Amino acid sequence: MTTTTAQPLPTEWRDFFALTKPRVMSLVIFTGLCGLLAAPVTIHPVLGFTAILCIAIGAGGAAALNQWWEADLDAGMKRTAGRPLPAGRMDRTSARDFGVALSVGSVLLMGVAIGWLAAGILALSIVYYAVVYTIWLKPRTPQNIVIGGGAGAFPPLIGWVAATGDVTAMPVILFAIIFFWTPPHFWALALFVKSDYAKVGIPMLPVVAGEAATRRQILFYAVLLLPLSLLPWWIGGTGAIYGVVAAVLSGLFLLLSIRVGLRQRKAEDDTMKPEKQLFAYSVIYLFALFAALVADHWLVVPGVHA
Amino acid sequence: MTESFDPEDQRKRIQRSRNRVLAGLLIGFAVLVYFISIAKMG
Repeated sequence: MTTTTAQPLPTEWRDFFALTKPRVMSLVIFTGLCGLLAAPVTIHPVLGFTAILCIAIGAGGAAALNQWWEADLDAGMKRTAGRPLPAGRMDRTSARDFGVALSVGSVLLMGVAIGWLAAGILALSIVYYAVVYTIWLKPRTPQNIVIGGGAGAFPPLIGWVAATGDVTAMPVILFAIIFFWTPPHFWALALFVKSDYAKVGIPMLPVVAGEAATRRQILFYAVLLLPLSLLPWWIGGTGAIYGVVAAVLSGLFLLLSIRVGLRQRKAEDDTMKPEKQLFAYSVIYLFALFAALVADHWLVVPGVHA
Repeated sequence: MTESFDPEDQRKRIQRSRNRVLAGLLIGFAVLVYFISIAKMG
């Protein structure tokens, strides 16, 4: 006689992979890679690959810890109810242990293979996302998106520091660009997607402060983003290719944000076209801006930049 | 073609696929450590 039929099935490896939020990870890898490639020194390809791998694994670990902590909230929201934990395909302890293992492993590998400054910033980014954002501030303040933006802003900084071993103005500016890009990006989405956050008690800005205040805040961050995106060029960290591309991209971002910021929903069945356009453009904007940063670095003849 | 829904078969299938993925990751890690060592020496 066996008792194995009473035991739950083991978790599929695909569910562990899903716990790392692979789609979010692709943006993390892209911006981290751009930070690494735009740095003024070259890094051995194997070490560069390792640095990006560590950034990706660290982000995956932080995402697993986020889902471990928010399993009950995820169960109450339609968008997230199918995730491995709320769907009952994984137990919470496994998710927590998986998240801790990925986080600690990524920091140790980064420290040993690349350097302890990059490893320290990677550790800070994981703690920032998993503890400061997820556990502490997300359930407490409607500015949670602004704070969460900090977590997403770390990859290019870590990529740059992995290559150079030093924190200078340029990687901090790259951090700031993503930090100020995040609120208009997410709030544009929040305006046209009816989220379940209110139902589970997360104070999202459109719900707590209203639509008009959210539109004003989108405009505020978009205005700040324009000069900020040009800063790498002004300080001589990049060439004219980046400067021109950043001016065009950020100008368009501001125009779309003005359209959203000065608008009022006409009726309940409003198609919210400007908000949808801003959200779609914001994704293209970030990819294009960072691609321009790398292109500028690799296409311009060395020695042209200050 | 018939497909078995026996829980024990399911368990074995999941465990087997997890073991394969883990083995692949461990081999990948060993290869990475080897190349990191070479790169650091250079």
